[in-house]
Amino acid sequence: MKVMNMVNAVNDALDIKLKEDRNIIVYGEDVGVEGGVFRVTEGLQAKYGADRVFDSPLAESGIVGTAIGMAAAGLRPVVEMQFSGFAYPALNQIISHVSRLHNRSRGRYKMAMVIRMPYGGGINALEHHSESMEAFYAHIPGLKVVIPSTPHDAKGLLISAIESNDPVIFMEPKRIYRAIKQEVAEEKFTVPIGKAKVLTQGTDVTIVTYGALVREVQKAMVMAKEAGISVELIDLRTIYPIDKETIAASVKKTGRIITVAEAPTSFGIGAEIAAIISEEAFLHLEAPPKRVGGFDTIVPLPRGEHFYLISPERIFYEIERTVKY
Amino acid sequence: MFEEYNPINEKIFRVIDNDGKVINKKWMPEIDNERLVKAYKDMLFARTADLQTVSYQRQGRIYTYPPNYGQEAISVATGMVMRDEDWLVPAFREMGAYLAKGGTLKDIFLVFMGHEDGNVFKNANHMLPMSVPIASQLIHATGIGYEIKYNKKKEVVYAFCGDSGTSEGDFHEAVNMAGAWKVPVIFMIQNNQYGISTPFKVQTASKSIAIKSVAYGIAGIQVDGNDIFAMYQAIKAASDYALAGNGPVLIEAMTYRKGAHTTSDDPTKYRTKEEEDAWDLTDPLKRMKAYLISKKLWSQKEEDALVVEFKKEVERQFVEAENYPAYKIGDVFGYMYEDMPDDLKKQQNDYENFLKWKEARK
Repeated sequence: MKVMNMVNAVNDALDIKLKEDRNIIVYGEDVGVEGGVFRVTEGLQAKYGADRVFDSPLAESGIVGTAIGMAAAGLRPVVEMQFSGFAYPALNQIISHVSRLHNRSRGRYKMAMVIRMPYGGGINALEHHSESMEAFYAHIPGLKVVIPSTPHDAKGLLISAIESNDPVIFMEPKRIYRAIKQEVAEEKFTVPIGKAKVLTQGTDVTIVTYGALVREVQKAMVMAKEAGISVELIDLRTIYPIDKETIAASVKKTGRIITVAEAPTSFGIGAEIAAIISEEAFLHLEAPPKRVGGFDTIVPLPRGEHFYLISPERIFYEIERTVKY
Repeated sequence: MFEEYNPINEKIFRVIDNDGKVINKKWMPEIDNERLVKAYKDMLFARTADLQTVSYQRQGRIYTYPPNYGQEAISVATGMVMRDEDWLVPAFREMGAYLAKGGTLKDIFLVFMGHEDGNVFKNANHMLPMSVPIASQLIHATGIGYEIKYNKKKEVVYAFCGDSGTSEGDFHEAVNMAGAWKVPVIFMIQNNQYGISTPFKVQTASKSIAIKSVAYGIAGIQVDGNDIFAMYQAIKAASDYALAGNGPVLIEAMTYRKGAHTTSDDPTKYRTKEEEDAWDLTDPLKRMKAYLISKKLWSQKEEDALVVEFKKEVERQFVEAENYPAYKIGDVFGYMYEDMPDDLKKQQNDYENFLKWKEARK
């Protein structure tokens, strides 16, 4: 075991896979010499050479598009979008080809690739550096979408993503890149894609969340506990395919559900979970499903961002209201 | 060749004139007679198939189809140089190249009859499916080029796109990155003068497409795309150049889309009879045929007999595609993922239950 933050854990996963498989190619803007703007790929170029870990030209469509060609030819590229807010020029490649080439070629060409991107707010950043677009990617048939909330999960999920023959959008909650440290096994291990995790057992209300918001919910749970409310906490870990079973089983037990996500609330992950619960656990509900989420607005610049970000108090406020419904 | 015909000099590379006479002996390729006649037959086959497919579309037997009519020399010349291990990254108007790679008319028909199985081109080694989002496929070619270079293979990628595609950002990113990475990709730009109805002069202030290669720091050449000798020579030179590790080449092939953009389009709305007549003089089949007849390698009689044979073959493959097994619900779901999510399995299963219910109601 070794104490790692999420940056170390992602780096470690890349290191393990680069060492193991020479078909793994890691590139993106400033990924090589500098090790990326968040230093996630630091040291990898020195270790594996500039033909395997390198700085690409500044062209997101080009980065993802070339990864498609590499994957068609049998390589397994892991590319970085410097910020999720910079990924939009690549959307045509992602929607038109990454998600489709396997289907279009009836399985002849596998899109075994990972597109990594730091996402989410809370780092006092400029515009375009704070949004959460996971629902958007989850809505594109042919992709898988993964979001870790801990260094351990980041390592295990990224190794699973790299080993997947299906394309994976790997979204990294940059707000907690260095904020959480934990003991992580040094050897290789995987965390399965498509499986949520019950982090805390509880009886009064289920909270489903993911990424940086897990930590905020845990803070709210301290308040809930003082108020005598028992919360069951589920970390989704994979957005698509979503783990319906784990969510439904929990709600059948607690009878109440709150989703917490930083993205704009309408048409989001919370809406999908509310629909799942309506279909799978309708008769067990004792309160309407509650979505705690971002406003349907642009994430404000840092001076206004505190209004947008979801605080533990706000989560606790909604816990109380749901339990008392 | 790429020095002599540096696009900065605005000189188009041409070997024969409109009457099939050699006007550029220095660059006349040495191709044995058998291969020459085969190239002509390949162009004739593509044209026969193309015209026949348009008539099938008019009969309502196939959906929208983009004809290659008038542009046959570019694809057939590519097919003469392209080897089994080389990659073909198509747009959707390169029939001769698909056939040279091992694709069949039946594959093409299936695509435009609306079945994904056609786009597999299962007998064509190293060929991607056709790509509709304009110019997006060029970047894939650069990525394949990276794999070739990374694994020190001796392969070349042929990536196709039209003139209007060069207005897309993806064209720029693909060519720029291929230059930066010095990978063996030949960008084949078929300048057929139109993007659907929009003429080339609306697309750019550049004197040519080939000239853009100068800014990217790569080799480029503007070629008479209706002159199969010039096309062959340019592609051969580009292939040798790329295989030698010199990086990508941008070939602008000047041609004319004699047909419509697709069968849904009506060119009489945006171009004149005079313009069409002027381009007719440059027709690639007409020019090569004149050359072959002058060398006593071909005759009208042979051609008439061959066209009859070709039409039967086109019909045979068309009927085969028409009788292709019916689309199944599993074809909708089965290829979305290699590891299919349970939720998707359930959607398929739910629909199958609905079908059973529907059947039981009858």
